[in-house]
Amino acid sequence: MNRFIVPIIGFAILVIFLLIELNRDPTFVPSPLIGKQIPAFSLPRLEDPDQTLSDADLRGKFSVVNVWATWCSGCRQEHPVLNRIAAQGQVPLYSLNWKDEAERAKSWLQQFGDPYVATGFDGDGRVAIDWGVYGAPETFLIAPDGTILFRHISPMTMDIWENEFLPRIAAARSGAAK
Amino acid sequence: MIPELGQLCTTIALCLAVVQTFFPLVGAQLDKPAWMAVARPAAVGQFVFLALGFGFLEASFINNDFSVLVVAATSNSQLPLLYRMAALWGGHEGSLMLWVLLLAVWTIAVTVSSRRLPEALAARIIGVMGFISAGLLLYIISVSNPFLRLSPVPMDGNDLNPLLQDPAMAMHPPILYTGYVGFSVAFAYAIAAMLAGRVDRQWARWVRPWTTAAWMFLTIGIALGSWWAYYELGWGGWWFWDPVENASFMPWLIGTALIHSLAVTEKRDLFKGSTLLLAIGAFSLSLLGTFLVRSGVLVSVHAFASDPARGVFILSLLIIVIGGALSIYAWRAPGLDRNAGFKVISRETFLLVNNILLSTAAGLILLGTLYPLVLDALEAGKISVGKPYFDTVFIIPMLPLVLATGLGMHAAWKSANLSELLRKLRWPAIIALISSITITALAWGTGPVLTYVGVAAGIWLLLSSLRAPVMRLFGKGPRLTASMIGMQLAHAGVGLFVIGVTVTSTFSIETDQSVRLGETVQVADYAFTFKDLQQRQGPNYTALRADVDVTRNGRKIAHLNPEKRIYRVQTMPMTEAGIDAGLGRDLFVALGDDLGNNAWSLRIQYKPMIRFIWFGCLVMALGGLIAIGDRRYRAAVQTESSTVNAGTATRPA
Repeated sequence: MNRFIVPIIGFAILVIFLLIELNRDPTFVPSPLIGKQIPAFSLPRLEDPDQTLSDADLRGKFSVVNVWATWCSGCRQEHPVLNRIAAQGQVPLYSLNWKDEAERAKSWLQQFGDPYVATGFDGDGRVAIDWGVYGAPETFLIAPDGTILFRHISPMTMDIWENEFLPRIAAARSGAAK
Repeated sequence: MIPELGQLCTTIALCLAVVQTFFPLVGAQLDKPAWMAVARPAAVGQFVFLALGFGFLEASFINNDFSVLVVAATSNSQLPLLYRMAALWGGHEGSLMLWVLLLAVWTIAVTVSSRRLPEALAARIIGVMGFISAGLLLYIISVSNPFLRLSPVPMDGNDLNPLLQDPAMAMHPPILYTGYVGFSVAFAYAIAAMLAGRVDRQWARWVRPWTTAAWMFLTIGIALGSWWAYYELGWGGWWFWDPVENASFMPWLIGTALIHSLAVTEKRDLFKGSTLLLAIGAFSLSLLGTFLVRSGVLVSVHAFASDPARGVFILSLLIIVIGGALSIYAWRAPGLDRNAGFKVISRETFLLVNNILLSTAAGLILLGTLYPLVLDALEAGKISVGKPYFDTVFIIPMLPLVLATGLGMHAAWKSANLSELLRKLRWPAIIALISSITITALAWGTGPVLTYVGVAAGIWLLLSSLRAPVMRLFGKGPRLTASMIGMQLAHAGVGLFVIGVTVTSTFSIETDQSVRLGETVQVADYAFTFKDLQQRQGPNYTALRADVDVTRNGRKIAHLNPEKRIYRVQTMPMTEAGIDAGLGRDLFVALGDDLGNNAWSLRIQYKPMIRFIWFGCLVMALGGLIAIGDRRYRAAVQTESSTVNAGTATRPA
């Protein structure tokens, strides 16, 4: 085999991956965790490392978990949206501060506003791996029993919030009422 | 009526692009001069109709015609004129119109200057560019039409994302795209040469100025984006390794390697295989970047899948253009490449190492960017890739590259004398080491070892780049051509950039403080006094504007006005930082939240040498500009003997 064929083979492999991605069901949610229980975890809180944020804190009500970092420009973009969602007060927002520096993260929240009830500091990204996080920002919707209802990858928008998150909460509520 | 005219013009441009592809390419293959002669008029016609189509779309933006979907989506009647015009490329559809228009501009430039090329080569180059244009125009007209109407017509538009309402950001896409699209010229030259089965030194001389010009635009475009991120995101960072940035940086790295590989092809008739591959690679990455990132596939799998028609079209286009080019490469390159002819210690070796390191860096960044996608397709576990990954994989190939560049620039072609090389460069090396330690320690105190290494590497590159031009000023050493001066200047720019990055990342001071009105806080040697806070009305936003006085040793040195803006349409708060810029340091103040009791959170930063980052990029681009000016690119076809002579060893890279 001569070396001049290598580039086209490499490209062919890339194309195969793109084709696989493309042929996925458009409603496909790329997480094996949907419908499953949230992974058990316990992290120091950003605002007070002596306290912890754990999976138990997320249960018992509908909650939203946002994964963010100060180096992520998409997070900067979605932040005002999260502030608005928090101000509406329908669902408490929690967050995982992912692969970040605590000082930077704290000043970020001071600068741009803190929409979160509590933030777990996941500096080395271990907990995020359990959650299947592969990039920031990501936002999860959690049911009171701890199942993951929905996962949104990429910056949050009011549109996504109103059309993907709120209807799922309403559906889960009416399902539970029956 | 106007959007419909625009659509008509764009459709005619598509037809002309098909003509521009078919007749010249087939004519060159069958040796029919009449068919080849179609290339130029078809290219000119395509440009005229595309310019009209673009003009009509721009008119809809200027006239606030919200019945046009893209105008309603990204513009607003309150938006100032400049931003209404820039809103055209604020969305996916419009930015692709800009892309094809710029492709047509490059094609015209090639057409005009192609008189001195052999007829068949010119026809093939214009034909390949027509093919790319045809593919994109078909995409625009079939699935990404910017002329679509909206019904019912909204009262007003959705407004341009406030983050993009900024002069630098309005200029950023056109300049960046000019760079991206410019690599299509080198790509077309490579395909044309492979179809003709001939790659020689004259060919390389023709391609070089085009490649350098595209690279220059890309350099400025990336620097502009980074500068914008620094002052507009309100965060003080200048590079985030997000997919959009990576998409522009990968073609830059490969384009840089291409420039160096072309130098070897021109001077020594070697590296033809890698030159062709890099030419294909630079444009392929531009194309991949434009589509995959803009379409959102890397950010969110959903965005891509939610519009399957676009996804299938994009992928088909990538397969045809990139796959086709690489197939031609696999078929024709083996007969063109030629190895041998240089010793281990020679400029060729240094340039080979340069190409390998730059390609490795680009490859690792591509891997990091596509990783989520590949893992998802495999349904394997998720591994996260972020800034820490990119920082690490980038510095590993780059540090040796910076060190080797200083040596490589002074190494002779074919066979260099190592002891001669070391003798020549011992002073720059010694001065770099000593000054790195002393200057760093005196100016900013102690830092980690890597900081000294980085500063020393930057100074080393700066000194070794400027050695020849400075000696020339004193009448010593060989005469320098424009392309040599350009090369040395560009490398000096890299040196400045390295110094800036190293010092900024180590010695920046970033604080967030709660400051009351009238209160003064101290950061580094500077005292910041929070004087006043006032409401201000902008054209489409309301702003809170702070007055901050900065003094040093009791002497007033700056008056800063950081703002917090609320844009009325999208009700999005934006931070407008107050920056006192200086060559040695920036003072950066951003206004945060109201903490009550007349206290506000202020983000105050001291950023030493950060200007060197963008200044270095400008110097690099200036080096490119000077190199393009070299007379030999404009001379008639040179005889081979004029460059292969004893003087070759001192010729430029």
